[in-house]
Order: sequence, then C-alpha cells, then structure tokens
Amino acid sequence: MKMESRLAQIGTQCDPATGAVSFPIYQATAFRHPRLGQSTGFDYSRTKNPTRAVLEEAAAELESGDAGFACSSGMAALQTVFALFAQGDHLLVSLDLYGGTYRLLERVMSRFGVGATYVDTNDLEALERECRPNTKAVLIETPTNPLMMVTDLKAVSRWAKSRGILVIVDNTLLTPFFQRPIELGADIVVHSATKYLGGHNDVLAGLIVTKGKELSERMAFLHNSIGAVLNPQDSWLLMRGMKTLALRMERHEYNATRIAEFLLEHPMVEQVYYPALKHHPGHDIQKRQSSGNTGIFSFRMTDARYVAPILQHIRLISFAESLGGVESLMTYPAVQTHADIPEEIRRRIGVDERLLRLSVGIEHVDDLIEDLRRAFDRARQEIEGGTIHVGPAQAGCAR
Amino acid sequence: MSGQRKRGVQGKFATRLIHFGGEIDERTGASSVPLYQATTFHHRSIEQPPQFDYTRSGNPTRQALEDYIARLEGGARGFAFASGMAAISSAFMLLSAGDHVICTEDVYGGTYRFLTTTLNRMNIETTFVDMTDLEQVKAARRPNTKAVFMETPSNPTLKITDIAEVAAWSKSEGLLTMLDNTFMTPYHQRPIELGVDLVLHSATKFLGGHSDVLAGLAVTADESLGRRLKQIQNGMGAVLGIQDSWLLMRGMKTLQARMQWSENSARRLAEWLSRHPAVRKVYYPGLPDHPRREIHEKQSHGYGAVVSFDVGSGEKARRLLDAVKIPLVAVSLGSVESILSYPAMMSHAAMPKEERLKRGITDGLVRYSVGLEDVEDIIADLDEALKH
Repeated sequence: MKMESRLAQIGTQCDPATGAVSFPIYQATAFRHPRLGQSTGFDYSRTKNPTRAVLEEAAAELESGDAGFACSSGMAALQTVFALFAQGDHLLVSLDLYGGTYRLLERVMSRFGVGATYVDTNDLEALERECRPNTKAVLIETPTNPLMMVTDLKAVSRWAKSRGILVIVDNTLLTPFFQRPIELGADIVVHSATKYLGGHNDVLAGLIVTKGKELSERMAFLHNSIGAVLNPQDSWLLMRGMKTLALRMERHEYNATRIAEFLLEHPMVEQVYYPALKHHPGHDIQKRQSSGNTGIFSFRMTDARYVAPILQHIRLISFAESLGGVESLMTYPAVQTHADIPEEIRRRIGVDERLLRLSVGIEHVDDLIEDLRRAFDRARQEIEGGTIHVGPAQAGCAR
Repeated sequence: MSGQRKRGVQGKFATRLIHFGGEIDERTGASSVPLYQATTFHHRSIEQPPQFDYTRSGNPTRQALEDYIARLEGGARGFAFASGMAAISSAFMLLSAGDHVICTEDVYGGTYRFLTTTLNRMNIETTFVDMTDLEQVKAARRPNTKAVFMETPSNPTLKITDIAEVAAWSKSEGLLTMLDNTFMTPYHQRPIELGVDLVLHSATKFLGGHSDVLAGLAVTADESLGRRLKQIQNGMGAVLGIQDSWLLMRGMKTLQARMQWSENSARRLAEWLSRHPAVRKVYYPGLPDHPRREIHEKQSHGYGAVVSFDVGSGEKARRLLDAVKIPLVAVSLGSVESILSYPAMMSHAAMPKEERLKRGITDGLVRYSVGLEDVEDIIADLDEALKH
C-alpha cells in the first residue's frame, strides 16, 4: 500500500469491539487481570496502553522498523535512546544540531560519562578520524536545523556498519513520508512528533522506531523503566494529525520552495539555505535519498539590524519557536532554539545574528510572500530612515 | 510570573485543595484552568518574550498543576512528569557519574529496576538498606554518597522510616534527601516540613485517584534545587501532557474527601483482617501492634488506604485473587475503585526472588488498595473469597 493510504488508515480497523473507525482513547492506567498470571496484554499504561500501542505500531510500519515507542516529547525520545549507552561510551553527532539535543548531551549525558564529538556527518573522513574504540553510535540530523546540511545516509550507514556502531537518525524534518532512514541502513529513527507528524502545534510528543529484535527489546525495557511515555489523549491527537501528513507535507514543500525562490531574489537577503534549491550543496544527495523537501529553511539577511523590525512587522507569520505546524512561524535561532550552543560553535556553523528560520505553513503562498514583502519593506524604511521601532506589542488577537 | 497569579486562599488543607490559586481563569473567570493544547507561543517582539515560549519548557495548564502541588507540599517549586517513574528517573539525573545513593530496601520495584539496570550503567551505585534503622543508613555512607532515597510507609509491607531523623542526619552530612510520598499524599504527610529536599509522587495513584491518568510530580524544598530540576525537566523532556495535567488537577480537588473515606474503610478492613483465622499477618500502620506506629503518628496525620496481608502461601493467594468480586485484580493503587495486587508477580516482579523474600514480600502476600465502595461490601466480599 502507498504511504498516503497507510497514513489515512491509521487505527481505522483496530477496534474489533465496536468497529469505530477512530480508535478509542483508553484513558486508563490499570488493566484488570482475568486471573493471576494471566494478562489481556495490558497491565499498566506506562508499560503498554492500547491507544498508544496503535500509534506505536503505525510509527514502526511507516518508518519500516520493527518496533515503535511514543514518548512525552522529542527530547524524552532522545533521552530514552541515550539510555542505551553507559559511562565511557562516545557518540559522533551532527555538527549543526538542534539546541535541545546539544544541551542534553553537554549538560546531562556528559555528567554520566557519555561523551560526544560534533562532526560534519557527511564527511566520511572526518567520521573515521573522530571515531574511537569506545564510539557506540553516530547521531545524524539530515537535513540539519537550521542550516540544512544534508548527510548521505546510505554512505554513513555502510561506514558505521563496518565499524560496528549504531546509526541514529533524527527524521523530524522530513518525516517517513519523504525519507525512511531505516531503509537506507539506519538502526534507530527518532522524531520530535511535535513538528510535522503532529502538524498542528498542539501536541508535544516524541517517537522512536527501532530495527531488529534485540535493539527493540532493549528499547522497550528502557521506555518502560524511564517512564517518559506519551499519554493516551496526545497519542490519539498525534494519530489524527498523521492522517493528513501527506497532504500537509506536499503543501509545505510547495509553499517553502516558492518562498525560498522569492527570498533568493530579494536584495535584503544574502543567502537562502534550502536543499530544494539547485545551488544547495546537498541538493543531489537529498534528491537521491528523499522523495521531497521539508517545509522549513533558513536565510541570512544582509544586515543584522533588519531582524528585529522584521520580527515586529510580520503579521500573518507568527514569531514563535517550534516548526512543522499548519501555521507559519519565524524563529531567530541565535536567541531561541540555539541559545544554548556556545557562540563560537554557533558562528562556526553559521547560526549568527543575521540568520532567520522560517517554518512555512499551509496558508496560501501568495499571502505569506505578501506578509514577508511588507515586513521587509517596513524594516528597510525604519533602518534606513533611522527610526528603530521598539514600540508596544499589538494588543489582542488582530495581527 | 508569580505576581500575575492569584495567590489562592489561605486556610486548612481541604480549603487549599479547592482554592489553590489556579481555580479561576484570570482572563475569562472560567471556573477551571483552560487546557492550553498548544506547543508554541507567539512572541510579540524580541524585546517582549512571552511568559511561556514552548510547552516542554512551560505550559500554562501544566504550570497551574505545578504550582498546585508545590503549595500542597509546602515547597518552593513543583514539576509535572509523564509518569511517576519519569519523575523519579529525572530526579536521579541531579546526580553524576561516580556518585553513590543510599536507598530504602523495600523501594517500589520500578525504582529498584531503574537504579539497578539503568543508573548503574552510568556508574551510580546504590546501597539498599533498612531505612528504619539509622545505624544501617550511617554505615552505608561513603565519601561519594550524594543522596538518600526514602519511601514511608514502604510498599508493600508499610515499614516506617523516621523522616525527620534521616533528614537531619543527611543534612549534617550534606546529602540530598528524596522521598516518595505516593502512599500518603500531602494530605497525610508533608515531608518538606520534616526536612526533606525533594518530594516525589506517582500521581497516578491517590492524587489523580481515578486510575485514568498516568502522571508523576516532584516538589523541591527550595528555589536553587528547583532551578536545577527545572533544567533537567526541560532538557530531558519527560513532561506531563496538557489533558492529563488538567485531569490530575480535577482529581486532586477531591483528594481529602477520597483519602478520608478510604482511610476509614482501610482501618476497619485492617482490624477485621487481623482477627481473621485465614490471615497470617496484616500490615497497616493504623494497627496497634504495627512496628514503629508511634513514629508514623508523629510525622503523619493518617494511616493511608493500603493494607497488605499474608494468606500463607502462593496457592492461597491465587485462590483469593480468583474469588474476589469487588476489587480490580490489577497493578496500581490509590483509586476510587478498590484494587487488589499480588506484589510478587506485579509491582515487585522486577526484583530477584531472594531480595523479595528478604523484604517480607512472600508468595502469600497481597496488597489491598481500598477504594470508595462501602466497607461492609468490601469485607463481605473478602470474607467469602477467603473461604475458597
């Protein structure tokens, strides 16, 4: 069955008791045992909950893995995966990394003796050079956030296999609709399902998908033991969001490509980072391993002074953290998502004061372009006219 | 942040349960906190970041719950987690590789499993001691000991730890004290008032009270520990969902009414069981001969609603579990419906048999979590079942 059909059908035929096409929300923590030593398959919701199980099976199937695990946030998914490792272990990690993952590695995992080296994961020589006898895994984001660096997953997986280390891919930005890392050789896929999978900026959730029996069993143990599981209501909302994933991703990609092209031509923009654009260094790899492009990208202004007034004057687009929702959001990575990454590393990878990130929603693209055009014009007038706008915020809901 | 919040009405516990400061929505006057099912929040400008920016870091609905539990426990800051184990595993992340923990030996099986299979791989060692014996606790002290973990009354044999005594010794040694207060709830016992640094809850149990919400809570005694735990909660992301935050607050409003009712029934049940010929031993802090009862009475305002008893053998326990009609035979506890559990195969299944027996968790031991049914019915049902 094609991906669109599988998405639309998540959970539809799973409730034999009533035939309900939407799977019920089992807001229950305990399950009656028919007799001592007998179980319905469900004992305690932390271990397994019927609603969460439908989501977990769907995630495993969509990512071509063997088992799925739903967590209370994307970071909860990552911490559960990281619990596979022990004191003295070492990880290779994408250089341009989500700030939250960096913080977890540097502030928490480091205290437990799990070390990380940040490398360009698309550079096999760099991976080889940084690989140590105690290296246990390589963690890849592709494309990265916010600079959209692309890693050749097949090549890295082949290399990792030869060294006997695990490949973990954060597939948040592309989702299984556009990219399935396990098919390319990865062992574990993680998601901040808060983003495209949920798609509505209303559910905080994380997913893990594992390949192989032994790894799946170890993950099930940790998922239950650590207990950072997703609740039934949000499991249901996430499945509801996933049913429209294909439609949304296609619209996100279409809108993002149009806007990226508009910005590329704009005189106030120095550079646009989006793999769908032909000049992007990862364009060819992206095209080979993925069937489409994500809905977010970054761009660098010619002047850092434009940033504040642009964020002030966008009306349709919200100035907010997060990405992957139906509504468009603009983020200022240097002060928001990447504030925890030291300035020196931020500058090295290019997350500077001129960089903005746009998560393109599914509004009409003409309205989005018009919003940007107007905000850019006002920003230029204020900067070049010398009146810097720091007035009070808009009241109420009108933007 | 707190300046905008209604402070809540001062008064006795039952009043504070209802008027906790978040009972009325400031903007609309609504009689319950709205469910903010949103993950991100609009920034009006760079200069004016919103109070909440991303739900993992903070959410208005979850914040109302976190303030609520902090207030009830008399602590500085509250934290809501995806499960009791998420709260406990996150709390242990305050430690670092090379640290050592002293933990009560009859700790909840899930905590035992986390300490012995996950935290140990991070090179954090645990010594399990009889926490009711301060000399044992002192003897377990090592140069790298960083924390002491208590549960009282313990699960399932309801052993009593002297909270103030252990906390005072720990403080003098510079150790962090953590206490799992699930069985008592802040209605019966407020460990921070007795010197504990960090209180933990499986709020799935009495606080939620309806077997419908999986949740964990933590309360720190002071701000500085609160700031450290906040970093971990945000960094590791094991936070409670919005719907469940709201459901948990809804459950907590009836905490005292439920606890009082269940405790009354539990006392009656424990007395009745202690006279029953088929019952070898009854564990309940409210019984006159329960070891260290006077310490429990010094530090708690009630005995709780969990009664454990030993019917002599695994075979007899099995027959009892098959014959009862009222209680749900299930794991978990602390709900409106009575729940009968078999620790050897449920809550303590993760513990090696030898360890389990050493802790008095025999094959004949069952644990009765008394719900809101009429106690006459509960007793009649057990009386019938014990004949099998």
